[in-house]
Amino acid sequence: MQTVLSIAVDALAYGMVLFIISIGLSVTMGLMRVINLAHGAFAMIGGYFASYAARDLGLGYGVGVLAAIVGTVIIAIPVERFLYRRIYGQPELTQVLMTIGITFCVIGIANFAFGPTLKTIPLPQMLQGSVDLGFRTIATHRLFSIVCGLVVAGALWFLIERTAFGTRLRATVDNAAMAASLGVRTQVVYAVSFAVAIGLAALGGVLGAELLPVEPYYALRYMVTFLVVVSVGGAGSIPGALIACLLLGAIDTTGRYFAPEYGEFFFYLAVIVIVTLFPRGLAGRFR
Amino acid sequence: MNTLFEVSNLKKNFGALAVTNNVSIGMAAGDRLALIGPNGAGKTTFVNLVTGHIKPDSGRVTLSGEDVTGMRPAARVQRGLIRSFQVTRLFPDMTPEEHVALAILQRDGKAGRMSGHYSAKPAVMKEVRETLSILGLIELSHLKVREIAYGQQRLLEIALAMALKPKVLLLDEPAAGVPQLETTRIERALDQLPKDLAILMIDHDMDLVFRFATRVVVLAAGTVIFDGSPQAVTKDQRVREAYLGSYANAGSAA
Amino acid sequence: MALSTQSTTGHGQAAAPRRTDRGVIGAAAIVVFGTAGYFVFPDNLALLTHIISTMLLVLAIDLVTGYCGVATLGHAALFGAGAYGAGIAAAHFGITEPLTMTLVGVICGSIAGLISGIVVLRAHGLAQLVLSIAVIHLFQEAANKASAWTGGSDGLSGIMPDAVFGRFEFDLFGQTAYVYGVALLLVTFVLLRILVRSPFGMLARGVKEDPVRLAAMGASVQSVMIRMYIISGAVAGLGGALSAISTQVVGLDSLSFTLSAETLVMLVLGGTGSLYGAMVGTVVFMFFEDTVSAANPFHWLTIVGALLIAVVLFAPKGLYGTAAAFFERRSRAGKGRDGA
Repeated sequence: MQTVLSIAVDALAYGMVLFIISIGLSVTMGLMRVINLAHGAFAMIGGYFASYAARDLGLGYGVGVLAAIVGTVIIAIPVERFLYRRIYGQPELTQVLMTIGITFCVIGIANFAFGPTLKTIPLPQMLQGSVDLGFRTIATHRLFSIVCGLVVAGALWFLIERTAFGTRLRATVDNAAMAASLGVRTQVVYAVSFAVAIGLAALGGVLGAELLPVEPYYALRYMVTFLVVVSVGGAGSIPGALIACLLLGAIDTTGRYFAPEYGEFFFYLAVIVIVTLFPRGLAGRFR
Repeated sequence: MNTLFEVSNLKKNFGALAVTNNVSIGMAAGDRLALIGPNGAGKTTFVNLVTGHIKPDSGRVTLSGEDVTGMRPAARVQRGLIRSFQVTRLFPDMTPEEHVALAILQRDGKAGRMSGHYSAKPAVMKEVRETLSILGLIELSHLKVREIAYGQQRLLEIALAMALKPKVLLLDEPAAGVPQLETTRIERALDQLPKDLAILMIDHDMDLVFRFATRVVVLAAGTVIFDGSPQAVTKDQRVREAYLGSYANAGSAA
Repeated sequence: MALSTQSTTGHGQAAAPRRTDRGVIGAAAIVVFGTAGYFVFPDNLALLTHIISTMLLVLAIDLVTGYCGVATLGHAALFGAGAYGAGIAAAHFGITEPLTMTLVGVICGSIAGLISGIVVLRAHGLAQLVLSIAVIHLFQEAANKASAWTGGSDGLSGIMPDAVFGRFEFDLFGQTAYVYGVALLLVTFVLLRILVRSPFGMLARGVKEDPVRLAAMGASVQSVMIRMYIISGAVAGLGGALSAISTQVVGLDSLSFTLSAETLVMLVLGGTGSLYGAMVGTVVFMFFEDTVSAANPFHWLTIVGALLIAVVLFAPKGLYGTAAAFFERRSRAGKGRDGA
């Protein structure tokens, strides 16, 4: 029982980090119908910004998080404007190639600028140490990740279901042409959603740095994981992404506990089974 | 006459809307049937149900006595149930010659061959040229389909259907968007088809329908409301109502 | 599914007889460049052989991506299956006759093609892409776990192929391996050339351009794609076997996502839907890689990325496809329609 609870806590922390990073990808893929393999690259950029601000400049964790989000979004805006807009509505292969290309460039540049070593983001006093849950202790920053994941899920739910922007977003997801004819400026909706998605990726990159360490190959190493989350959850669905992250987090963590020598074998086996059974994802609307 | 093709009690609901409601149509060899009806009557849905592109909720489709209801579209095609598409569906980067050759090879069960080029087979090339000539496409044999005019693409749809040697041919608005010259070509091509073939044509061009059909079926709101001769259809009160709505009632009452 | 903007115009089939000539030219080009490579780069034959085995994988990807329109990021599974198949046959079963090893590789590749085809073709779009990625990871993890057979992360060694036809020993300079590779490539090219021009090749193009139309002709789309996956597996497996024979080791990187992605990039760089595009793309990519990555692997990555973006934006038909389209336009403008 203790083991089960223990795995559950780790799975929850991992799943929540996955969620924070992937939810933006899910929303943009559901919205713009674009297969984006470069999402992880933006999470990585966030990690570098935070590390640079918090460690090299010594500005503290909060400033680091803020710098990560703002800096990454500023980088992402021209990328969206000049590269992504060219591939909306294009065949999948084109989208795959363009976004892999962006990823490769980001990796190369990150290495050139920061070197191949792991970058740490020093935690503030508050998040160091651990909390006793009764049956085990858990690192405080993991608890913090879980809380952040829940806050993000709640905030996104509120944004999409309860605000005017959310109404426009949902209309555009359902039928972009119709929404446009009703006066929704879909280009603005796209741009804002993209910015929010990238901001969340950066946030996730920083919060998850303890689990998914920041280094140049980060963008390639976890590219697939994020894509899998979206595919399993169903593009464009917040509950779908949440379920997918918790499920995949649980499978991955359990696999590592009981059969570490199999690596990610069971993770990918589960992916094949789930995607074959639910080709549109657990709650999908993509295609 | 023997029934070649029979649809019985076909039903399909999209949500609460009955798009095909208990439709039964039988066709014998040599039938020339026009399926007409107002927009949204469910004509294309009917064709999609018959060809297997949509699954019916209930009902049966039989071809030469064989139940084909559960079969995949390709399996029905192999048994001689051929359709054309309302909106042209062709291979944009292939030439008309390649289209027709592929259809012929597929019909003869030779499309799976992994060697040889169709142009080396005199019998295939002869049939390709004949088919393209009938539809006036011979000059365009080597252009890519994306480079030829829409009207000519419609003719190529007919050419493909002909090359597949159907027993039952379903033409979904073959003349829609086609200039007059090509319409004449389509009619002439249809005239040259074997007489024992059963053809069901959907079209809105009533002149074409009257020249072509020996029998007319009218579909309205997913239900067959008329099945009879072209002469009788214009006089039928329910057909007038279906097409003209309450104006017909008002007109006849006055 | 639809990749139509990516296809080259190279296979528009304007005039059938002329195409045959071009097939002969292609075969002749392989012989000429193969011979030239032998004499111009005598110290680099290992690299050239490596390029040939990779080229076979790129050709295999072209069969499913360029001809059938399936976007895949997991095709190295087929290559790796061939490499491990040939390698395990030699290292564990004493099958060291190179032609037999090659055959084992082809068979293993075909089986891997069948398996991944069955999985990948279950879905479309994003789901299909994710399935292809899951397949390659699954293969790699399985190979890693079965280290008794595969050597795990240390790689499979102890592959000692006999002399070809009992006469030509695999020498230190890689001369035999290189000649063997060129011969395999030549045979494969001729067979694939026949395949893509055959009725079956037309069916495959039909799958890519409009599967609904193809089904309305009575063809089974699924069956065409599965058959193509098996053939693709045979070609990729051949490449894997060549790699195992020439390098005498097989590593987990032959079953990697990275190799899958890189070879897809090579294909797109050269141009999808054309055998020449696949070959040109591989040679250009790998020569640059060898030159640049020797200096700094990360610069290389930046360059590949920029190259990819440039190809997508400015030359979606790839190097060969763009050149072929240019010459086709010019010859058309010069001669008008020849209608032959």
